[in-house]
Formats: sequence, structure tokens, C-alpha cells
Amino acid sequence: MIRVQAEDFDIGAEIGRLKAGRRDIGAIVAFVGTVRDQAGAVEEMALEHYPGMTEAELQRIEAEACSRWPLQASLIVHRTGTLRPSDSIVLVVTASEHREAAFRAAEFLMDYLKTSAPFWKRESGPQGSRWVEANPGDDDAATRWKKHAAE
Amino acid sequence: MSTRLLYFAWVKEKTGIAAEEVELPREVTTVAELIAWLKTRGPEFDHAFARSEVIRAAIDRTHVRHDAAIGAAREIAFFPPVTGG
Repeated sequence: MIRVQAEDFDIGAEIGRLKAGRRDIGAIVAFVGTVRDQAGAVEEMALEHYPGMTEAELQRIEAEACSRWPLQASLIVHRTGTLRPSDSIVLVVTASEHREAAFRAAEFLMDYLKTSAPFWKRESGPQGSRWVEANPGDDDAATRWKKHAAE
Repeated sequence: MSTRLLYFAWVKEKTGIAAEEVELPREVTTVAELIAWLKTRGPEFDHAFARSEVIRAAIDRTHVRHDAAIGAAREIAFFPPVTGG
């Protein structure tokens, strides 16, 4: 399941919903991305996105993860709008019978999300505001999944 | 048939618009040709697409390369490399 929303999320409640009534899940991995203040340089982060394509990309990425690993359930929640340091940006949860699939799928989802989901961050602080530039390391992180098939 | 063009992040700031409906010239058949045509539409567009190699494109909400054919696209978007997560 995927969601794009302005509101914050409650990780405990999300995991509770995800495994409600399920007796086959043995491992749950959750990743939360949060806003850093970068030593005082960032006071606000505005997240813009491409409504329609964002949801389509997140669903595509999730389907890809489900085809690579035996997942019992998965969830991606990404926030938009104006956030502040320590606010949550993104939540990825994966559930499987054994931990390896959940760990790998969660990492894969984040790596792909960072290079293909159409979000753009604009940081503001005492020095003014600027669009965040893409990190080449993120491309490398996503590319490695192409080299290594799911194990 | 008109095509919907969308601009995001700093591409939108530079063009000064978020969305528009345009009639594409018949000779514009690829994303690269569309960018070249957009650059002729005024200084804002010339500025926005000056470093066209860094700009990403999507046709009907799917990522495409600049050599992609436009075909019967309804919606074409231009944006910087994504920075979510």
C-alpha cells in the first residue's frame, strides 16, 4: 500500500494496521526518513511532488519489491508540504516470514524511491532557500540492485 | 490535438508557469525536439532549459529519456532530478 499525505504518521499505528489479523508474518522492518537541520542551516523543508505520477511511481516500485522478495505486506507513506527539522518525511515498512527479505526489500524501496519518485525538496534557513540537489550516491545505490538479482 | 505540459521545482520557477496546454508543431517528435522548441518560446524558457541535459522528462507520468518519441502523449512533464525520501 502507498500513501502521499501532508499529515504526520504514527509508525506504531501503521505497523499495527499492517499486521492486524495476520499470523504469517515473522519479520517487520521499518525505515523512517526525517528532516535534518544540518548544523542550523535548515529551518524548513518544503516538499513538492507530481500528483498522479508520484502515486504511480510508488506503486510501481512497491510492485517491483513484491516481485523480487516474498513479502507478506508493505507500506510506503511519503509526506508533502512544509516540514521542519526532526519531522518525519517518509515511512517504509516491509513484512515477511524471515528477516532477510524484509531488510532487503526496505532498502530497495528507499533506494528506488529516492531516484524515481517525483518529489523535490526545497530547504530554507538563515542563508536563504535553495532546491536540494540530487545526490549521485543515490543513483549508485539504486543501480546496484540492477547488478545483483534478488537473493 | 493539444498536449498538456507540466513544469516542477526550479524548472517551474524559471519558466514562471506550472502547466499549460500547447499545440505542438508537427516537426516536434521527440522530447529533445520539444525542449529545443520550448527554448525558442522566450527568455524564460531559454533560461529554464539552458542546461537541458540535467532536466528529466516524463510522458504520461512515466520517466523517459530525451530521445523518447512523443507519439500520442497527452501529458509531458519536465523537472530536475528527484530528491524525495
